[in-house]
Amino acid sequence: MKHASSNRRFVVVLMALGAAVVYGQKSPRLSGAVKVDGSSTVYPITAAAAEMFSESQPKVQVTVGISGTGGGFKKFLEEKPELRTDIQDASRPITAPELERAAKLGVEFIELPIAYDGIAVVVHSSNKFCDHLTIAELKKIWEPGSKIGNWKDIRDGFPSLPLKLYGPGTDSGTFDYFTEVVMGKSKACRADFTPSEDDNVLVKGVEGDAGSLGYFGFSYYEANRAKLKLLAIDNGDGQPVKPDSDSIGKLAYRPLARPLFLYVNKAALAKPEVKGFLDFYLSNAKKIVEHPKVAYVALSAKLYEFVAQRLAAGTTGTVYGGPDAHTKSLNELYSVGDK
Amino acid sequence: MSAGVDLFRPRLARRRFVGRVFQGLCLLAGLASAVILLVLLLHVAWGGGGLLSQSFLTRPPSQLQPETAGVRPALLGTLWLMALTLVFAVPVGVGAAVYLEEYSRRSRLIDLINLNIANLAGVPSIVYGILGLAVFVRWLLGSRSLLAGALTMSLLILPVIIIASRESLRAVPKSIREAAYAVGATRWQTVRHHVLPAGLPGILTGIILALSRAIGETAPLIMLGALTFVRFAPGEWGDQYSFTATGLGSWLRDALNSPFTTLPIQIYNWAGQPDDIFRRLAAAAIIVLLVILLSMNAVAVGIRAWQQRHKTW
Repeated sequence: MKHASSNRRFVVVLMALGAAVVYGQKSPRLSGAVKVDGSSTVYPITAAAAEMFSESQPKVQVTVGISGTGGGFKKFLEEKPELRTDIQDASRPITAPELERAAKLGVEFIELPIAYDGIAVVVHSSNKFCDHLTIAELKKIWEPGSKIGNWKDIRDGFPSLPLKLYGPGTDSGTFDYFTEVVMGKSKACRADFTPSEDDNVLVKGVEGDAGSLGYFGFSYYEANRAKLKLLAIDNGDGQPVKPDSDSIGKLAYRPLARPLFLYVNKAALAKPEVKGFLDFYLSNAKKIVEHPKVAYVALSAKLYEFVAQRLAAGTTGTVYGGPDAHTKSLNELYSVGDK
Repeated sequence: MSAGVDLFRPRLARRRFVGRVFQGLCLLAGLASAVILLVLLLHVAWGGGGLLSQSFLTRPPSQLQPETAGVRPALLGTLWLMALTLVFAVPVGVGAAVYLEEYSRRSRLIDLINLNIANLAGVPSIVYGILGLAVFVRWLLGSRSLLAGALTMSLLILPVIIIASRESLRAVPKSIREAAYAVGATRWQTVRHHVLPAGLPGILTGIILALSRAIGETAPLIMLGALTFVRFAPGEWGDQYSFTATGLGSWLRDALNSPFTTLPIQIYNWAGQPDDIFRRLAAAAIIVLLVILLSMNAVAVGIRAWQQRHKTW
């Protein structure tokens, strides 16, 4: 009897020890600050990650700024190292001038795709005549110097109705991305449209104008589904595709679906709080990205696995060097098999 | 004679009618601003009123459960920012006003300073943001911190404080100064015991009104990089500091160096989110900001009323 009880005590002590070890491994008490800034499109994902992370690590101060992808890269690549952000939210890959600046400053970074986003092209809910547009038509409408001011000039058979254009402002990654894939040149766009960095202003604009046409992030369409009509996009192959989580994830909704990225300063990764936050972010990525309040499209499990390995290995640099890189899926770019 | 009579046609009815039309238009103009303000307040109250509660003040913002979000970091950030701005701007502002009113003689330099102060009061706040970014963030401090924000805000309201303080000091009758000199007081004694106390209510009013301008500012702080999702306020987790002079010192240092957000920025952040709940949160935060603003203005009005009753000259 006595023997049994001491045995039991031994087991209890062992369990406590085991629990302490597991606890210690799972959540070493971290403190310090993690500075994130960048795209307003990526912001909801990173803010959600920061919030979930703060439940297990309440002493780590994660700040998530909204400066736009371009503005964020400026803070990621500040002259003074102490002013640089640790992590950059980006809704497009790093550009050549930004790469040059990183090289000049000696900033090494790790590129981590984190989710997909689609650009939704929308018209007023009363618009009955237009269900899809081709990329060529979008180009004709939006290219610099375009004189198209009426729907009848877009396609034969469209009625005469003044065209009102709404799009993200020039600091927005969505603008960069749309102009790059539609016009073939980043930031090439006609000047006479209503721009706003605030997607709600765009939703309101399209909602209030019978002849409106606008574009913005797919998640904004999801949140305002009832007020707008979504268009399918024909990539020139005669098969219009409407964006949804499936067509975006497979990049069938081409070319207006895009991957979103985190860029991590490799030097900052030496700080345990930054590494702890990123490990948490990546291992819970699917949960965070698909959270109803975030509502983006998650990468495949295989890709997330690959991204986590990329972080663990500390692989620096970008895969977006080539001129046709944006036409390739993440699987192709990172040479990951489909299944 | 008859030609003169022909030239003068009284047309009284017509002239009175024109007068009444003008009066009516002026009344409409007056009503328009009041009605628009009322509509705005009702709209905000209707949108955000339901979310207001004590926990709205004490909880951090939330992306995942916006229903439970609050303004604690923004509210505390605003209070920190205002307190620090006071600490920096009041001594410099009132000191400058006292010098310019009581000590300075007219000279080229003084004229230049006067011109600059008058111009600075009209400079758009975003310019102060750019200045703060270049001088405090990039050059002096090397961080996008609460301290950088407070110093920028101090610059922003300094001209306003100087101008208000000077006007208040100028309103103190010359006879009070002359009486003090007559009984042998020095200039310092005159200022310290007579002019400053007499001008103090006006100075306080000016400071409060300047602060209520600063409290609503967003643009310069966005320029400094304060548009952030922050779930903590400067100076939280006091438990890791000891209650000694050095402990408090390091607590204050950490607080001054920490990132921050303020109410207008939190409002701007929420107003830009897609979900409707965030816009209602923004409305609720606007109510909090308005309550703070209106109570500050009420204090200013109260001081002015007190001064009217207790004027000694």
